[in-house]
Amino acid sequence: MNAENTAHPKIAAPKIIVKDLNFYYGNYRALKDINLSIAEKMVTAFIGPSGCGKSTLLRTFNRMYQLYPKQKATGEILLDGTNILDKKQDLNMLRAKIGMVFQKPTPFPMSIYDNIAFGVKLYERLSKNEMDERVEWALRKAALWTEAKDKLKQSGTGLSGGQQQRLCIARAIAVKPQVLLLDEPTSALDPISTAHIEKLIDELKEDFTIVIVTHNMQQAARVSDYTAYMYLGDLIEFGDTSTVFTNPKRKETEDYITGRFG
Amino acid sequence: MLNLYTRRRIVNALGLLISVLAMAFGLFWLCWILWTLLEHGLPALTPLVFTQMTPPPGSDGGLLNAIAGSLAMSLVGTLIGTPIGILAGTYLAEFGQRGWLAPVTRFINDVLLSAPSIVIGLFVYEIYVVHVKHFSGWAGALALSIIVIPIVIRTTENMLRLVPTTLREAAAALGAPQWKTINYVTLRAARAGIITGVMLAIARISGETAPLLFTALNNQFWSSNMDQPMANLPVVIFQFAMSPYEDWQKLAWAGALLITFSVLTLNILARVLFRQKSASH
Repeated sequence: MNAENTAHPKIAAPKIIVKDLNFYYGNYRALKDINLSIAEKMVTAFIGPSGCGKSTLLRTFNRMYQLYPKQKATGEILLDGTNILDKKQDLNMLRAKIGMVFQKPTPFPMSIYDNIAFGVKLYERLSKNEMDERVEWALRKAALWTEAKDKLKQSGTGLSGGQQQRLCIARAIAVKPQVLLLDEPTSALDPISTAHIEKLIDELKEDFTIVIVTHNMQQAARVSDYTAYMYLGDLIEFGDTSTVFTNPKRKETEDYITGRFG
Repeated sequence: MLNLYTRRRIVNALGLLISVLAMAFGLFWLCWILWTLLEHGLPALTPLVFTQMTPPPGSDGGLLNAIAGSLAMSLVGTLIGTPIGILAGTYLAEFGQRGWLAPVTRFINDVLLSAPSIVIGLFVYEIYVVHVKHFSGWAGALALSIIVIPIVIRTTENMLRLVPTTLREAAAALGAPQWKTINYVTLRAARAGIITGVMLAIARISGETAPLLFTALNNQFWSSNMDQPMANLPVVIFQFAMSPYEDWQKLAWAGALLITFSVLTLNILARVLFRQKSASH
C-alpha cells in the first residue's frame, strides 16, 4: 500500500537505501516492507507514536539487533551500494562506519579521555600525541571541549546529563564514521541541553549523514531535512520535512502532526 | 473523613510499632552476643595473644600461629576462589542467555552456595587429605576456596546484571568485540559490587570451622609450611573453648573477639566501598 501513496522524494545522493525491509522480534513482525532512502550529509528524522518501529528501523542500520538471538531482519539495506544485512558484512567494520547515540547517556565507567579513546583504539593505532589531538577534535566537534578540557582525566559519569550526551556524541564521531544514528538523543535531557544538541546536529551534518529518531515533532521539524512518519511498523509517509509538516499527503500523517492522535 | 484519617494513622503507628519491635528483637540477640564477646574477650586480649604461640594448658601463650594460619589459608583460599568465581559469574551474566549450560550451572551453584560447610570439609578430606595421608594448610585453603567460589559467582553475576543493557549496546555500537566490552566496560561498571562480594566471601570463610577441622586440623607450633597441618583461629577456638582449662578458655574468647571484629570490619568496609561507588554513578 505504500508504494504509490508514499511518493518518495527524489534523493540525488542516497547514502543508505532500504529495500523491502522486514523485521521480526521472534514471530512478531515489527517492520513491514520498508522502503526509503537516506540522503547523504542531511538529517533524516523518523517520527511516530511509541511502538511504531522507528527505533527498530534505526537499529537495523548498525545491526544492533544481532545482540539478541531472537531478532532478525530480512530485505536489503544498501550502504553506498553494499548490502549490510549480508552475513558476510563484518559487524565491527560496519559499526566503524555507522556510529550511534542512545536515548539515555551511556558514558563508560572511565575517564572522559578514555571514553573517547576507547572507540578510536578499536580501529587505529595512534601515538599519544595523535590521540590527544583526536580527543580534542571530537570534543570540539561535540561542543564539549571548553567544559571538559580541564577534567579529561575525571570520570565521564561525573558530567551532567547534557554533557554526558555530548560526550557520547564525541565518542561516536571520534571513530570518524560516515553515518550517525541518534535514538531519541534528547528525550532524557532538559530544554537547554536539548537546544545544545539540536544546534550540534545542525553543525554535524556538514560532515556526517544523520538519522534521528524522535518523539518530539517540533524537534523533527527544527532539525531534519527529511521526515519519515511511521505507524505500527508501516512507513506511512516519507518526504522532505517542510512538505510532511505543512502539506502531508496522507490523512494519518496530518492527524498525528496536528496532534489529533498519538 | 476525620475518622478515616485517624484510622490510617492508628494502622500506620501499629505497623511501625510491630516493625520496630521485630527489629529490636533481632538486634537484641546480636548486641547480647557482642556484649558477651567484649566482656570476656577484651580482658583476654593481651599483647601476648599476638606474640606467643598457642600454649599447652597451664602456661602463658597467645594465638600468633592460629592468626597467621587463618590469614594464610584465607588468603590462598580467596586467591584460588576469586578468579574462578569472577570468570564463572561473568559467563553466567554475559554469555548465559542461550543453551542449557548456564541455567544448570546456576542451579548447581545455588546448591553449592547453601551446602553445609562440613560437607565441603569432608569432600576435601576425601579427595585430598586421604590421598596425601596428612592434614595440611593447602587442604584447608582448598576447602575455603570451594566456599568462596559460589559466593563470588553469585555476586559477580548479580552485579553484572545490574549494569544497564544500554552500556553494552553502546560499546557494541562502537564496534567493540564482546570480550572488550566485558573487560573494559561491564566488569568495570560492576567493579565495586564484585569487590564487595569478594570481601563478603572473605568474611564468610574467616569464621568457618568445619571445613578446616577435616583439612588443616591444627598445629600447636608455628608453621609456615602450607603442606603441614596448620593452626587456625576457628579450630583453636573450638578446641580451647571445649577444654576444661581456664587459660585456654580465655584465649578462645580472645580469638572469638578477633574473628568477630575482623568480620564486622570487613562487612562495614564492603558497605562503605559499595555505597561510595554507587553514589558516584
